[in-house]
Amino acid sequence: MKKYVVSFPRLGNYVYPIYAMLDRIIDKDNVSLLMPKEMTNNTIEIGANVSPDFVCLPFKYNMGNLVEALDSGANFLLQAGGGCRYGYYAEVQEQILKDLGYDFKLVSLLEPEGLDVMKLYKKFKMLNKKLSFSKFAKEILLAIDSIRVLDNVETYIRDNYAFEAKKGTFDIIHKEFLDKIIDIKNFKELYILKRKTFKKLKAVQFIDNVNDKIKVGIVGELYTSMEPYSTFFLEKELASLGVSVKRYTTVTYLLFIKKRKIKKHIKYAKDYINYALGADGTESVAHTLELINKGYDGIIHIKPFGCTPEINAMPILQKIAEEKNIPLIYLTFDSQTSMTGIKTRIEAFYDMLVMKKENERKIEDNVKSNEENYTYKKEEMLYEQVLHRS
Amino acid sequence: MNKYYIGVDIGSISTKAVVIDGDNNIVASKYLWTEGSPINATKKVISELKRILESKNIECNIYGIGTTGSARNLIGSILNATVVKNEITAHAIGTLSIFPDVRTILEIGGQDSKLIILKDGVVVDYAMNTLCAAGTGAFLSSQAKRLGVNIEDLGVVALNSKNPSKIAARCTVFAESDLVHKAQIGHKKEDLIAGICNSVVSNYLNNLAKGKKIEDRVVFQGGVSKNIGVVEAFKKALKKEVYVDSSSHLMGALGVAILSKNVNKNGRKLNFNFDIQNIDFKTIGSYCNGCSNNCEIVSIYKDNILIDKMGGRCQKRKRIKTNCIIYIAFNFFLVYNIPSGR
Repeated sequence: MKKYVVSFPRLGNYVYPIYAMLDRIIDKDNVSLLMPKEMTNNTIEIGANVSPDFVCLPFKYNMGNLVEALDSGANFLLQAGGGCRYGYYAEVQEQILKDLGYDFKLVSLLEPEGLDVMKLYKKFKMLNKKLSFSKFAKEILLAIDSIRVLDNVETYIRDNYAFEAKKGTFDIIHKEFLDKIIDIKNFKELYILKRKTFKKLKAVQFIDNVNDKIKVGIVGELYTSMEPYSTFFLEKELASLGVSVKRYTTVTYLLFIKKRKIKKHIKYAKDYINYALGADGTESVAHTLELINKGYDGIIHIKPFGCTPEINAMPILQKIAEEKNIPLIYLTFDSQTSMTGIKTRIEAFYDMLVMKKENERKIEDNVKSNEENYTYKKEEMLYEQVLHRS
Repeated sequence: MNKYYIGVDIGSISTKAVVIDGDNNIVASKYLWTEGSPINATKKVISELKRILESKNIECNIYGIGTTGSARNLIGSILNATVVKNEITAHAIGTLSIFPDVRTILEIGGQDSKLIILKDGVVVDYAMNTLCAAGTGAFLSSQAKRLGVNIEDLGVVALNSKNPSKIAARCTVFAESDLVHKAQIGHKKEDLIAGICNSVVSNYLNNLAKGKKIEDRVVFQGGVSKNIGVVEAFKKALKKEVYVDSSSHLMGALGVAILSKNVNKNGRKLNFNFDIQNIDFKTIGSYCNGCSNNCEIVSIYKDNILIDKMGGRCQKRKRIKTNCIIYIAFNFFLVYNIPSGR
């Protein structure tokens, strides 16, 4: 009989590197690992049932994941922390699940202040008594690096997904990559995998006139950004319309870049904000500005219903959109399962961007032809003057 | 020989259809209740169109069919539409064909309300109601029923009011309890109705139009625009002239008909049959067991022949439609071929 069965909530494809890391760390004689189940309508149904009604969407999905894990035999749950209400989710979830009669242990990996390596080491020692610090450090670094590689691959795919000549090519490469990243043992394997995957990605053929593409940036709350299921696969939906998608929010970003950049962000957006908005609000504003300056055609802001930091950011975004004359829509997600409303909005947004771009092109052409006319007239006038003089 | 195009807008409450000619003139139009069955409503509306066209002695050659509205995908596959577009684009295109200088479109339908902002004939911003049906046609019709007034007469009654009751606008439930209270303490019926019209407008302006600039020219459309009370309330609240076209309820259908015109570039005539009244369309809902997601799949049968499946999140069901065996073989190929490359 194993002492612990470990499981954790899902977050996009990050489950694979995290699973791989835990698999390398745990003491296999006493502890076993349970892969969290794929997200389904069932997950959110269970989650919404056991959660308070007004709590935000990530809580509900997490609860669904945790209950499903507990039902299939897990008794050691891992949970992360975050900058907003997410910071105390672990404690609340623990209490709710204990009230439901489950017997388990729940450990939060991050402290309220962020990542604390020594505390994390002590937590992982529960899973493997013989875990040395050097091995722990190596595994953590490897996990961080695999997450970075995953982010790189997915960012590239998001950027180009809409333009593959043969539909489904990227999907196959992506799936192959995910299948392999779960078996990574050391840095060498990781880098070989990275090189091979990027070679394949770069070899994918694109359709013609890629330069004409419409580019959309996604900003907003972290969970809805990173868990595609919670937004009805918004990014793929956009890609199927023929849109290249960019988003900054990834785990690599949140863990390592965010803290470093927060002052820069406030400085960058100093016309609009003077201090941090909490959680990802500052990033939403700064990234919106950055995307606009990079020439993106439109911005989509996403958040779960009732997300306070993002609600703080919304009036500022509204002002930016107005001043910079950039289309911006807000999408709010909750435990609904019908995507019709979202689809209608995305399609309308896409049509709007296309119409706007065409119109701008027309105006540009007009200006050009006017200029040509103007220079032509100028020459004519000069010619006449010359004639007069002679 | 003239070319004609059909646009159908299947909303939650009403179904609208128009036939236009090459110059975007409406030749025939019909407006009727959906009554919870978009397929039957479409059958009815198409046969009505046929009747109108026959009475005008027009021999109709259809060169394009477009569908919009919340049932656009279902009806799109039934009518074999050339264009299936969302309501926002359809409304914008339709309105632009009548008011080329429009800047703001206010649209209130049965279940949703929209605000579309245009600049130089291009949509630059839009908003749809997000949370509830407060301030839409559904609210008006349920309150009309409560007060025992026909929904068509609501606007005329409201105009008679000199002292409209104040009715909470934030939420349908609050509005309703406010309404009952005001009725019980003896407010006149026309004052109450004027109060409802005002509350629809203030709900719209506080929810949708929050932070958006409403500029001339303002066009109001959708089923609710037929209610004079609401139109007057909008004029008062915006302090602007609000234009309502005589076919304001048909704008979505008109827009999508125009869009279908642009799509049919090679100019082939469509083989469209107006006699769909006698064709039996059946939809069967089932749950896909392909994965643990259990998507609800709607299969559409035309005279017991499967013509389309929809509702799945992945592409699985669509492939099954084409050929089950190829699909299974393909999956076997995927499963057994790719891992061997490791």
